[in-house]
Amino acid sequence: MIVELGHFALVLAALVAIVQMIVPLVGANRRWSGWMAVAEPAATVQFLLVAASFAALTYAFVTSDFSLRLVVLNSHTAKPMLYKVSGVWGNHEGSMLLWVLILALFGACAAWFGGNLTPTLRARVLAVQASISVAFYGFILLTSNPFLRVGSPPLNGEDLNPLLQDPGLAFHPPFLYLGYVGLSMAFSFAIAALLEGKVDAAWGRWVRPWTLAAWIFLTVGIGLGSWWAYYELGWGGFWFWDPVENASFMPWLLAAALLHSAIVVEKREALKSWTILLAIMAFGFSLIGTFLVRSGVITSVHAFANDPERGVYILAILAVFMGGALTLFAARASAMEAKGVFAIVSRESALVANNVLLAVAAFVVFVGTIWPLVAEMSFGRKLSVGAPFFDAAFTPFMIALTAILPIGAMLPWKRGNIGRTMQPLWGVLALSIAAGSLVWVMQTGGAMLAPIGCVLATWVIGGQVIDLWTRTGRGDVSSRIRRLRNLPGADWGKATAHTGLAITLFGVAGLTAWESEDIRVAQVGERFEHAGYGIELRSVDQVPGPNYVSTTATMAVYRGDREVAVLHPEKRVYPVAQMPTTEAGIDNGFLRDVYLVIGDEQAGGGWAVRTYIKPFANWIWAGCIIMGLGGVFSLGDRRYRIAAGARKRAAAAGGVPAE
Amino acid sequence: MKRLILALMLLVTPALAVTPNEVLDDPVLEARARELSKGLRCLVCRNENIDESNAELAGDLRVLVRERLVEGDSDEAVMDFVVARYGEYVLLKPMATGTNLILWVAGPAMLLIAGAVGAGYVRRRRNAPAETEVGLSAEEEARLKDILQD
Repeated sequence: MIVELGHFALVLAALVAIVQMIVPLVGANRRWSGWMAVAEPAATVQFLLVAASFAALTYAFVTSDFSLRLVVLNSHTAKPMLYKVSGVWGNHEGSMLLWVLILALFGACAAWFGGNLTPTLRARVLAVQASISVAFYGFILLTSNPFLRVGSPPLNGEDLNPLLQDPGLAFHPPFLYLGYVGLSMAFSFAIAALLEGKVDAAWGRWVRPWTLAAWIFLTVGIGLGSWWAYYELGWGGFWFWDPVENASFMPWLLAAALLHSAIVVEKREALKSWTILLAIMAFGFSLIGTFLVRSGVITSVHAFANDPERGVYILAILAVFMGGALTLFAARASAMEAKGVFAIVSRESALVANNVLLAVAAFVVFVGTIWPLVAEMSFGRKLSVGAPFFDAAFTPFMIALTAILPIGAMLPWKRGNIGRTMQPLWGVLALSIAAGSLVWVMQTGGAMLAPIGCVLATWVIGGQVIDLWTRTGRGDVSSRIRRLRNLPGADWGKATAHTGLAITLFGVAGLTAWESEDIRVAQVGERFEHAGYGIELRSVDQVPGPNYVSTTATMAVYRGDREVAVLHPEKRVYPVAQMPTTEAGIDNGFLRDVYLVIGDEQAGGGWAVRTYIKPFANWIWAGCIIMGLGGVFSLGDRRYRIAAGARKRAAAAGGVPAE
Repeated sequence: MKRLILALMLLVTPALAVTPNEVLDDPVLEARARELSKGLRCLVCRNENIDESNAELAGDLRVLVRERLVEGDSDEAVMDFVVARYGEYVLLKPMATGTNLILWVAGPAMLLIAGAVGAGYVRRRRNAPAETEVGLSAEEEARLKDILQD
């Protein structure tokens, strides 16, 4: 019964979305305030209905209702509760329901917190947002209905893919979707602005928090996925340039570009049409990502149950929204006249360079991702594009970006002077080159990657420190420290996010350059040495888990005679899903991880054991978290709240919006 | 129950990526083998190289690469040998020949174009006449005042 109610709620939500798509749009065109006012309650009701629908599906999973096809295919009574819940979105249909839930949530947020928007803009934003919802409700109801029953319910389910039964991956998809779908807000704002025919500083200020929020979620989501891959896949890889990873990475790159160009719109009223285009493209790449994951046109490690019919539908959504948006853009963009005038050496120019590099980097990732498809269809060449290509083609962009970052971040608006901006930075430059040289001398031979990574990381972090410090003006140290605390959230956010980027880059460079590995057969009780650590295989036991059986090793890590850690690498077999997984034993450290993997029992006695020393591994994800924190600081900036205060006052004055 | 568990363990035996018996005694050759393996795709997997893959076929390919290396083949000769057998599909870094040149040139070419467009824009903004700011409407003026008082 509850399942049917959920299904019904979903259909109702679709109908509400259709109303929300049409009525406010007509109202905004005709300036009928009554019609425009439909948007807000509709957005709220739509969100409540989808939430009810999602709750019904969750209920079915939690209670293991095996009369539901989706639950049979993706759940099992023996599965821990956390994974019963995460199983809701661990499959195609459920994840699409989560997708529309988040879409409706963002729409509702725009209705709740959008009081400072002009009524026509708000009505149009909500209508465009609803049109995206309508497309995806149609997709779910027509091709991927999660509420289908089975004729004769089985006694138990087929279990969730064991790889997905992990806390890191339980929360990875929701964060990614919050990011993907968050970009739909930027898209809706862009389309609404094109319909209005007006982009001004206020628009830049409104669109930025949404983009920032989406970018934060994408950063955290990608970081979580990468961290999961690191500890779960059994050899500590953290990024594979897999098509589906790229699908999340391209929107991240474009969202990062959009964040920066929206600043130019807000502060200087320039780059308007480019910012609109970026907002359209960023969401377009989210849709492309959805298409890549669900259609199966490109083989990837993220095997979603996919079929061509769904692919065609998503392709149609993509074509309609991107085609429509770009046509509208072509017709209206020329009306977006830039106002700000700036010199060649200026913050504006630096941000243009930032956008060029980020957008072209995203383009490179895109071409590499779809090239196998293009080559096969157009030239009959069956080939692969893998990590070695992306490493070679993508890395230079990141190097260029971080090389110009500290200078660009400190250049003044309108007109700058490289010499003057560099003055406080020469010391940092010297320091970073010294640090890089030190690394180069210390490592005998080896790749240039580590020294370059070290130079750039020091350069960026030092640059951020100098930037913050110079912002405090003149005077004695104590008053400057006091002023440092009072700097706007945006300044702190900028410095923090850039620092996070530098930390991640350093982690990637350090791990890639200095990782070491040992593969051997170890007898129980044997101790062997690797890279200054002693590893002892103490015992190997068979341990039953809730829905798996585990081969658990007990291994001690020594530094000389001192015991550093006792780790339990595991090899699990999930009988229902017929799948093995590895659980590495990891001793996390600030400077290095000791990463142990237990393999098969050998015919001649002993066990295959792999030992990795992974320097600076945790810096990669720490950097992601710090980047996200920077975004949060920036979101907390006072200038985004001023308007909120104004709204409260307006409400107190009588609750009637202006106009 | 114990017997069942044992039976299941036998049923699915996950092999490690590189197993100890595959490793060559000569560390230099082994290092070369590892490097080459990272550029070769596991044909039955989804976007994994043979160095990381647990699949049986990937193991066979790893052994094949090592055999060629032990026989004294150069890195290029080993790759050519594998490509001749399994086709271009096996290479994770696509060859920069023929139509693939488009793939390799796309990034730099786009950078040039985008750079030129960006530079053109910056130039135009510099020379743009300092537009007289369009004044605010009376209503906007009032709202601005309201906000500034906050």
